[in-house]
Amino acid sequence: MLSCKDATKLMSQSQDRKLSLMERISLRLHLMMCSGCRNFNEQMAFLRHASRRFVSAFKDPHE
Amino acid sequence: MTTATLPETLASLRNDLLRFARLQLRDDATAEDAVQETMLAAIEAADKFAGQSQVKTWVFAILKHKIVDLIRKRTREPNTGSFDAEIAEDAFDALFNERQHWQPAERPSNWGDPHETVENKQFWEVFQICLDRLPPNTSRVFMMREFLEFETEEICKELSMTASNCWVVLHRARMALRLCLEGQWFQGKK
Repeated sequence: MLSCKDATKLMSQSQDRKLSLMERISLRLHLMMCSGCRNFNEQMAFLRHASRRFVSAFKDPHE
Repeated sequence: MTTATLPETLASLRNDLLRFARLQLRDDATAEDAVQETMLAAIEAADKFAGQSQVKTWVFAILKHKIVDLIRKRTREPNTGSFDAEIAEDAFDALFNERQHWQPAERPSNWGDPHETVENKQFWEVFQICLDRLPPNTSRVFMMREFLEFETEEICKELSMTASNCWVVLHRARMALRLCLEGQWFQGKK
């Protein structure tokens, strides 16, 4: 059973590399049971979205 | 876009370019250098630039490469600290209990509608503050990944790091950033 600590590592790494099938399965199982990690996963997605937006604000004066 | 108006366009972009370079290089003089070199390179390559409306995108792409050159040079200086030691391995241990699950008070919260958040001007001030709190090398790796949109393999190569080292640094950067945003922004919203 994946711990939350290990799950956070996988959720971060999924932004940087393709997770293995086993990693994806164990992460998915963990997320089904853990609302804290589901929120963490959303937060990782948000960090990426916010970073893109942050940069586009420099490049596009209308934003 | 004709070459005659390119210098004017560049001049109008100068402040945006400088802000962008400063953000990532964290040093005014180096940022100035990066922007100067970018503007020179843009003028020299002007005949190769055929597009009409994307001057800004094109110039930012040049700047992106100048920034990476400077980051690479800087990380090869002897007094540069190591990357994965900037944030200690145990830095986030207190968030978890002995079974490595979230402490109740530390459980990540629901950040709500991301689209609403990014429309809030004050949020971006907090975002900047949280970015500035990242240690310098950690911040550079994070920005190369998320702002300059380099693949992890490219970052490893540029900075002579192993892939797992890269993932560790990015993970700690994200942990630190989310913790800062959680505390400084999202918790206050509830």
